[in-house]
Amino acid sequence: MKIAIIVFPGSNCDVDLFEALHSVCGATAQYVSYQEKSLAGFDAVMIPGGFSYGDYLRCGAIARFSNIMPEVVRFAAAGKPVLGICNGFQILTEAGLLPGALKRNNGLKFICKTTALTVENNETPFTNQYQAKEKIYLPIAHADGSYYAQKDVLAQLEAKHQVVFRYADENPNGSLNDIAGIINETGNVLGMMPHPERAVEALLGNVDGLRVFTALLAGNGYQKEAIR
Amino acid sequence: MTVELEMSPQEIKEKKPYLEWGLSEKEYDYIAQKLLGRLPNYTETGLFAVMWSEHCSYKKSKAVLREFPNKNARVLQGPGEGAGIIDIGDGQGIVFKAESHNHPSAVEPYAGAATGVGGIIRDIFSMGARPIALLDSLHFGEIKDSRTKYLINEVVAGIGGYGNCMGIPTVGGEMTFDECYADNPLVNAMCVGIIEQSEMQKGQAKGVGNAVMYVGAKTGRDGIHGATFASTDFSDEKETQRSAVQVGDPFMEKLLLEACLLLTSKHQDWLVGIQDMGAAGLVSSSCEMASKAGSGMTLDLDNVPQREDGMSAYEIMLSESQERMLLCVRAGFEKQVQELFHNFGLDAVVIGRVTEEKNYLLRHRGEIVTDIPVTSLTDDVLEESSREKKPARMLAQSRKPAWHPGKLVVAATLRKMLQQPTIASKKSFTETYDSQVRTNTVVGPGSDAAVIRIRQTNKAIAITTDGNGRLVYLDPFVGGKIAVLEAATNLVASGATPLAITDCLNFGDPNDPEVYWELHQAVKGMAAACRQLDTPVISGNVSLYNESNGTAIYPTPMVGMVGLLTDVHQYLTPTVKQVGSQLFLVGETGNDFAGTEIQKMLTGQLSGSLNDFSLTTTVQRLAKLLQANQAGLLESAHDLSEGGLAVALVEMTLHSQLGLSLAVPFAGEQLFSETPGRFVVSVAPQKVAAFKQLLGTDAVLLGEVTAKRELALKYQDGTAVLDLEEAKKLWEEAIPCLMKSKD
Repeated sequence: MKIAIIVFPGSNCDVDLFEALHSVCGATAQYVSYQEKSLAGFDAVMIPGGFSYGDYLRCGAIARFSNIMPEVVRFAAAGKPVLGICNGFQILTEAGLLPGALKRNNGLKFICKTTALTVENNETPFTNQYQAKEKIYLPIAHADGSYYAQKDVLAQLEAKHQVVFRYADENPNGSLNDIAGIINETGNVLGMMPHPERAVEALLGNVDGLRVFTALLAGNGYQKEAIR
Repeated sequence: MTVELEMSPQEIKEKKPYLEWGLSEKEYDYIAQKLLGRLPNYTETGLFAVMWSEHCSYKKSKAVLREFPNKNARVLQGPGEGAGIIDIGDGQGIVFKAESHNHPSAVEPYAGAATGVGGIIRDIFSMGARPIALLDSLHFGEIKDSRTKYLINEVVAGIGGYGNCMGIPTVGGEMTFDECYADNPLVNAMCVGIIEQSEMQKGQAKGVGNAVMYVGAKTGRDGIHGATFASTDFSDEKETQRSAVQVGDPFMEKLLLEACLLLTSKHQDWLVGIQDMGAAGLVSSSCEMASKAGSGMTLDLDNVPQREDGMSAYEIMLSESQERMLLCVRAGFEKQVQELFHNFGLDAVVIGRVTEEKNYLLRHRGEIVTDIPVTSLTDDVLEESSREKKPARMLAQSRKPAWHPGKLVVAATLRKMLQQPTIASKKSFTETYDSQVRTNTVVGPGSDAAVIRIRQTNKAIAITTDGNGRLVYLDPFVGGKIAVLEAATNLVASGATPLAITDCLNFGDPNDPEVYWELHQAVKGMAAACRQLDTPVISGNVSLYNESNGTAIYPTPMVGMVGLLTDVHQYLTPTVKQVGSQLFLVGETGNDFAGTEIQKMLTGQLSGSLNDFSLTTTVQRLAKLLQANQAGLLESAHDLSEGGLAVALVEMTLHSQLGLSLAVPFAGEQLFSETPGRFVVSVAPQKVAAFKQLLGTDAVLLGEVTAKRELALKYQDGTAVLDLEEAKKLWEEAIPCLMKSKD
């Protein structure tokens, strides 16, 4: 399985994602510039966190006009897996691949800390190695992570089990319905504010994020034994 | 657009505008008569004023700075370049430096702090290094008025705003509060980078005909005379200083960082030298690059990318617009460099050439606006000898009997102390920094030191910043020793061997003989500790004139120290790990109450003299502890600092569900004594024998870790029990509560 990591000007979790996939999971990952126009040969796309275009105008609002984005939209439409983390989630909402928007945290400040999450849907290609309703801990690091969508959209997300992660003990940013991550209706595009790539090594104190990647890799014939 | 008419050389001589720019009459006369043999024009006078400012020339502090050791077998680059470099083996080096941005942060706290971070990051990547960590040493007034709260909030936001966007984790630092910093907060930022030794760069412009290229953001009128501004003190009358603060754009710097590192790592054959345009912008970077290589240089200022119309040569040269770098590029490779930067959406323009003549020649709008010897700006600075005098307050103090807190109600005192802002949790601030990006942060903010793993190796580095103005105020020499020692103990308590330091010397007006004496004595003390620890000073900066309306801050040298763990898994944190582990106090406890948190809390002021101590004994103790850790004997370790043993014990339990049952062999008040160079360590039961054998009489058994969430203390004259959940709550809520309170 070959995974594309899209790099925009200002992306800064690209290396972390690469290391999680390559060094920890032993998977094949490759950086793809925002200027590229093709995703041929890739089996999954990941959009990393960071500050694409300095968060100017609105988080993700400029990145979505990049050359690569129409290709990401086509890739998603073909049913292939797309994962957006943090700024990647923001970009996916801006690009219309996921509903709703990420607003400024209700405390108005950037927050970097570990949050408790409930895995609400463990039947996605990214979460099928978690137990249903499993409580996990993942770090967040964002200033604009307060999920917002109109009432009917929220109702639909809930009805169709598209809420994948929900903040458990406390809601750190004011997200509606405590939403931390959602998936599209067809179940192949996941956006999440918490950073699973920061929680894949015991040395750094947390491995709860590892299964997001191993689940995806396993679904594509990846051998779990390959994990270093 | 009107262009202000510049004064003629004759008018400058008569009206003396240079006095306002920080140049003295003596210096002006020396420049005109001895260096140039003619009257300098407006632009030239401006160049001399900034280059001869203390900020750029260190003319007042140079003599003192020479006392620092700056070499040993590990030092690959000492002071004089963008940052220092130390060897960590495997062909890699660690690059680091700290810089103060006190004056800008006092005037415009968000932008001042943000550009302080931006500037120190550029210093690191101008060496060819990838920045991997940021730390900040911050000192504010007491959290009691809205102005101080505003300064704190904005400085913290500025630090996070810049570092978070750059994707460089802010992993540690310190924050203290004392009224002397109310109008003159200290904002010292440190950046650490990693470099392949084969990719080390220098800020040099050599090779006649090679191109001088300007890359990065465009030049505007911001920050003109920032360096001079930082070399005078504040007064209420000078409200116009706001224009001297620059505005940062971290996104621009992220692009500049990636472009520069691509150039330094993949295209070294194109590049001769690279230097950050920091303080005094284009003039300092260009003339320093020429001076270091013994070259001359011509610059055509019309080619400098500008974002405002009608800028004069003076303004272009002195602008401190951010996110700019100056390169010296081998002739014939200008196009390639241009293309590389254009790919990142950045300007890259040839603005001059290296010349054979040793002069510094600037052209603007068809005229030669400057023609002076390069070295006149960089090397001919009149060093100023300063008068020194032991402060009257010290003489008065030494005649008084030492202050002693007397008998204390230990539990109540400790509860109150945990709420002192200098001791209380800083989580509400550090949580706004991304401390994890790059996924190498093994230990982040809130520990003795940050620990950062080095990828593709089994190594890690530990980093800390420390400065205790209170102690240096009472005794600059002993306080200076303690500042360095405190940093070293923080590293040792994290499992790392101290390697080298950087510093920011934050002092008052050096023209005051008492201030200069403080500077000199503090440096002597720091140098003595550095020699004993074999931790040379490889970079640093000096921030003088930290005064507001005639009152100086406490003399506050900040020490940024880097240490090495050859095995990352040997890192230590203060947190106790398991029931039954034994707690030992390492190092003797004396009656050290002068300048302590307990003195400040109980009396509201500082008084007394510091007890001197043996560096040799203390450093031997550090070595033994490192040896104990390398032998796998330690479970956790914590160095004792503000609040003494009492506070350290609570801190060791804060992030656990455990308690402590201990008996200390001294009086209750000594729990708050701050004798330097001490530790508490926890040792698993099966390792106790080996530990005792190694440490001998240096370690005293205090008791053990328990499952009961309380600190149960027996001391010579009493007992105390502290509910640790309650203590944690007090410690956590103190600062958020103060920040929310109404004035």
